[in-house]
Amino acid sequence: MADHEHKFMKYLRKERLPHIFCPGCGDGIVLNTIFNAIEMSEVDFENISMVSGIGCSSRIPGYVKCDSLHTTHGRALAFATGLKTANPKQDVIVVTGDGDATSIGGNHLIHAARRNIDLTVICINNDIYGMTGGQISPTSPQGSYATTAPYGSTDKPFNIAEVAKAAGATYVAKYTTAQPIQVSQAIKAGLENKGFSFIEVVAQCPTYYGRKNKIRSPVEMIHWLKDNTISLEQAKDMTEEELEGKIITGVYINKPRKEFVEALEDISTKISDIDPDTNINRAYRSE
Amino acid sequence: MADKELFVQGNEACALGALAAGCTFFAGYPITPSTEIAEVMSRKLPEIGGHFIQMEDEIAAVGAIIGASWAGQKVVTATSGPGISLMQENIGYAVMTETPIVIINMQRGSPSTGQPTRSAQADMMQTRWGSHGDYETITLAPSSVQECFDYTIKAFNLAEKYRCPVFVMADEIVGHMREKITIPEKVEIIPRQMPEKTDNYLPFDAPENGTTPMPSFGQGYNIHVTGLTHDKRGYPSTDDEETHTQLVTRLCDKILKNTNEITSIETEFLDDAETIVLSYGIPSRSALTAVKQARQKGIKVGYIKLGVVWPFAEEELIELTKNAKRIIVPELNLGQIYLEVDRVLGKYAKVELLSKIGGALHTPTEILDKIMEE
Repeated sequence: MADHEHKFMKYLRKERLPHIFCPGCGDGIVLNTIFNAIEMSEVDFENISMVSGIGCSSRIPGYVKCDSLHTTHGRALAFATGLKTANPKQDVIVVTGDGDATSIGGNHLIHAARRNIDLTVICINNDIYGMTGGQISPTSPQGSYATTAPYGSTDKPFNIAEVAKAAGATYVAKYTTAQPIQVSQAIKAGLENKGFSFIEVVAQCPTYYGRKNKIRSPVEMIHWLKDNTISLEQAKDMTEEELEGKIITGVYINKPRKEFVEALEDISTKISDIDPDTNINRAYRSE
Repeated sequence: MADKELFVQGNEACALGALAAGCTFFAGYPITPSTEIAEVMSRKLPEIGGHFIQMEDEIAAVGAIIGASWAGQKVVTATSGPGISLMQENIGYAVMTETPIVIINMQRGSPSTGQPTRSAQADMMQTRWGSHGDYETITLAPSSVQECFDYTIKAFNLAEKYRCPVFVMADEIVGHMREKITIPEKVEIIPRQMPEKTDNYLPFDAPENGTTPMPSFGQGYNIHVTGLTHDKRGYPSTDDEETHTQLVTRLCDKILKNTNEITSIETEFLDDAETIVLSYGIPSRSALTAVKQARQKGIKVGYIKLGVVWPFAEEELIELTKNAKRIIVPELNLGQIYLEVDRVLGKYAKVELLSKIGGALHTPTEILDKIMEE
């Protein structure tokens, strides 16, 4: 059987399979693109640590044969900030979802982006809370249905990629699970960017989003993603009404600037020639 | 280098204690009356190649120190009541994942934002069960600036030994009071215990009532750390009653069954004492003075100070107070540790609360008056 084993099986904790994802879920496609991106990039798989929060997508690191921290809901970026700062040699990948990253974890997202800490964040956005059974999320399209939006969602959804860009991320890209090549390339670019990289992958959740919104099969959902996808280029000439409900894909920003941990280390280098045995009380002296 | 003498405030002494214990990482959020700890750490840590991060809130502060702890560093955060409330979620995570972290809480008047610049001891129960679930933690209560230094070092050592969150529960008075302290030339430090890398390595396979060595991320152990109920490999196993029972029982027992190892109690004049003033933290300063004054009046009164409040030193306290008829518990709250003292000692002696809130410390006279009430 080993001959027929999937080429990425070597990266998985085989003893943990089968996984918990529903048939037709987008998380498997994204996991595939992550491995593909690692192989395409200069990053060494052995050097990778993964961090996640809570939700379906946050279960991904638990299946990957690397050091993995499955944390509290929304807080993955806070944990990852500590992990990366304390050992900047690691390549840290954060896997999160729309609810985890933008609802309960929204504050951590904008601040990690602002700091430009060298993390590669893969946000799998399925427009719904899957793990808890299909509730509305901050990215659910206006008018879409969920168990907590039985009359349709009234709220304006986030375009998470725009949020990450506005907050200061230095690499931001957005694609769908119908564009696995582009997703792989974006993750590769994110891994190689020395700074905060945010890759949003709009994904299908046939079990809850599909069922609640009458897009019943995974194949139908992929078609639905494709039909609603436009490029950043196309979006330029469209009105706000025309853009409603559209998934605007492409590279939102790719503009490196000084990375957070590097900036901290610069300070250390600059001041560490200070004699540590000088009066330890110096911290309180006016200078 | 000989012992050093300094004249510093309690907050600064906590920071110096953390550095002496080998701390290289601080993440925190400004809050009165603990902010000076963050300020000192922000100044000192870059000098030794450590890292200081001011996070976006206290939830993130604990998240960051847990992350840094898994990267192999000794970590601390500092806060006060409103911050400790926000931290509870990730404190529970540190308990469940057996992550060594130290949290310094300079208590202030509460509930809610309460009295930012006044003293209290009203967060004592929050360090025990403030997060959801069954668990045990370790809580130290310094009553002087010297103890801020000493107990912070001890907190780091206990965190490494028992792999759990350890609290240093001081208060606004101790935090802002200036006293002379001695920094010893040599400080006993427990380093992180690294496991042996074997083929069948089980990161969460601890002996009964014990802890297991902790690997760091990036060393090739490929471990999975989760707040979900997990088996000895660290893998989620959320439906199995046996796994959950074993895990949670072990997490509690590794503290409770080592209570005598963890706790520290100071006593004075207990031999013939009929009345005992039992205190922790800053009120013990007034308590000792009051007890000495009462002794001068010929009253048979003794003094007990809990250096470690949680785990509660039940057995030792029963032994120490067996001849006492009356136990007075002065606290800067409406009765928190009093309830625990009454639970343990109430069947042997009359336990009385001497409560004070509003920000000021009990005066020795107030405690003396209480001693002389009968």
